[in-house]
Amino acid sequence: MDNLLQIKNGEVVERQRIPQVDFPRFFRIMTDFVANNGYIVQLFAYTDAGRTKLLAVVRASNLYVIGTEVGSEFPSLTLTIGTKFHLFEREIAEQYGIRPAGHPWLKMVRYHANVTGRPDVFGNDYRVDIPGKYEYFRVQGQSIHEVAVGPVHAGIIEPGHFRFQCAGEEVLHLEIQLGYQHRGVERLLTEVPQKRLPVLCESIAGDTAIGHNLCGCQAIEALASLKVEPGARTVRTIALELERLANHIGDLGALSGDVAFNPPAAYFGRIRGEFLNLLLVLCGNRFGKSLIRPGGITQVMTEEQRGIITAKIKELRPEITHVCDLLFSAHTVQARFEYTGTVGRKLADQLGLVGYCGRASGLEYDVREFFPTESYADLPPNTNKVTNGDVYSRAMVRREEIMHSLTLIGMLLAKPEEPHRPVAMAAHRLAPDRFVVTLNEGWRGEVSHCLLTDSEGKIARYKVKDPSFHNWTGLAMALRNQEISDFPLCNKSFNLSYCGFDL
Amino acid sequence: MFKVISNRLEQGYRTTNYPKTPIHLYSRYRGLPEVNPQCDPAIVRQCADLCPQDAILVEERKIDLGRCTFCGECAQVADGGFVRFSQNFEMGTARREDLITNGSLPDLAAHAKAHFKKLFGRSLQLRQVSAGGCNACEADTNVLGTPFFDLSRFGIDFVASPRHADGIHVTGPVTHNMKAALLATYEAVPAPKVVIASGGCAISGGPFYGSSEIVGDLNSLIPVDLYIPGCPPHPLTTLHALLAFFKK
Repeated sequence: MDNLLQIKNGEVVERQRIPQVDFPRFFRIMTDFVANNGYIVQLFAYTDAGRTKLLAVVRASNLYVIGTEVGSEFPSLTLTIGTKFHLFEREIAEQYGIRPAGHPWLKMVRYHANVTGRPDVFGNDYRVDIPGKYEYFRVQGQSIHEVAVGPVHAGIIEPGHFRFQCAGEEVLHLEIQLGYQHRGVERLLTEVPQKRLPVLCESIAGDTAIGHNLCGCQAIEALASLKVEPGARTVRTIALELERLANHIGDLGALSGDVAFNPPAAYFGRIRGEFLNLLLVLCGNRFGKSLIRPGGITQVMTEEQRGIITAKIKELRPEITHVCDLLFSAHTVQARFEYTGTVGRKLADQLGLVGYCGRASGLEYDVREFFPTESYADLPPNTNKVTNGDVYSRAMVRREEIMHSLTLIGMLLAKPEEPHRPVAMAAHRLAPDRFVVTLNEGWRGEVSHCLLTDSEGKIARYKVKDPSFHNWTGLAMALRNQEISDFPLCNKSFNLSYCGFDL
Repeated sequence: MFKVISNRLEQGYRTTNYPKTPIHLYSRYRGLPEVNPQCDPAIVRQCADLCPQDAILVEERKIDLGRCTFCGECAQVADGGFVRFSQNFEMGTARREDLITNGSLPDLAAHAKAHFKKLFGRSLQLRQVSAGGCNACEADTNVLGTPFFDLSRFGIDFVASPRHADGIHVTGPVTHNMKAALLATYEAVPAPKVVIASGGCAISGGPFYGSSEIVGDLNSLIPVDLYIPGCPPHPLTTLHALLAFFKK
């Protein structure tokens, strides 16, 4: 662990305190760290005084940071150490034109030109609009057929391309090509005036508006030394749990619909909306947009909102319990959920899955418990009982987390009222030459934002990571040797973000 | 079977009677803004400087609802001296310029093209294209299929194939990476066809305006017939716009 600097979630660190080691040493440290139950939170490139550097934020039971410098290429960590690095390295190659030499699957991530002007690692011409100028991996053989799906899907869903290699009904390999939603978020976050930052963070992934904006605002609060009142923290915690409830409940309904069991699909579809409406009660927007700003929240929770939320949860809790019982005790549902799309613990660990996808495979990691922010240090953690890594497990984790979140909100609402004031958006002076990383357990898992400021206190690099970045490969692996007809069910059990990934 | 019946009884009938009976959204919801035309120019300027979307036109004292994310920050200035947000969610317009408003919008039903009502008044099938959005617009369009809204009772449905569709409903700022697929989908819809721009992103780029990775204005690619503002539009905003624009 020597050379790694231990940091806290949301702690501001002077950039010069981040240990800078030469690449061979960085390589050895990463090898040891990952071998000892370590995971990657962030690994990205940035430019510092004309030189290209890598920065890694890693976690075991604590958080650590370390940096190194690279030239136009470096030996691939994926090749030697393992799969946890594969997408991070591909992203570095795409964003900064640096080649991870020997990467076993060096393929573009989102299809856009790099920021450095170096020759493109993938040989793409970005004047041509469409991604997919990539040779998909092909299984050879006379009886093999390919199925291509997307980018436009048969529903109201975000775009992405799925390429299946099948032998009859059996999927031998699934390749997922995203990037269609790429809006240049990270670059915008360094270019726009501060007043636009929260609105942008809320639109990284609309279903995780609270999760992402919380990360963004906590980072600004740290860099500008802003204090947040405990009452505001309570409301922010409630909002993050409401977001989790709305999404988990909606997904259980959609899973039910995908196995053609319609009653829970209809009921959960409506109940999901009730939770979105509670976010609207808090702040006027069904996704919680506009609620959180650096320094606190824009609208205080008075007795009126507290009363509405308390009454609604009291009304909905038995309904949710009953519909869950209906869903999980139906034999037809069990038959379709169990042993479908299994990702075992070993594979989940190799891929570094997070959130309910990781927990359903037995990886007990929850940011709320490990690196608590807001009010979470005072709240009890959740435990998962079903961890077989199949669709059933991912659904059960949702069910358990729904009941847990309802309890958490109940506890937060039962606290004596903590007076707090609304904050208005204002531009704050950020500490110069600083680094901060924030993590929160969004409903999909570990959301993380990492900021580096320059000598004038401007944001020099803004790195965003949605939990989907870790988990998409998990979905591809879950489909191995499954029937292709199980794809919608597997996909919904992961329910990953396209826009959160594409940025 | 018993559980199916008991849950059915517990859930009851949940579908709204809107538009026959009005719905009043909670007081914190921010819908159509009310603009004070006599407001002190200094306050208008202050609102414009604060606006993250640069959606306030100082000289004209208007708000561009096509750019606005309804974050409500301007309404905090001088206690709503220039802008207050009403709970009126009926904000769809047929023309882009009508979204630049001093607080009143033209009657959408009267501005709808008569031949659209004739063609699609009884049955409207839409193909949704997500072109770089944050998925909030998509999610709040999807809920129109849930029992509370039950869109299909009006003869309006979202379909899988553009070949089965009467038009496209587009969300997102149209990323470069999605432009070709969007245009191909549009081409695949048989004419006469309608184009709906849903959400601030499709109308103006929304929170992503200024990004080099987006087109940022759907109308610059294909002619838009109906604009539905919001970030995202409330499901009722979409429902109202579809009913007013297409139904007889």
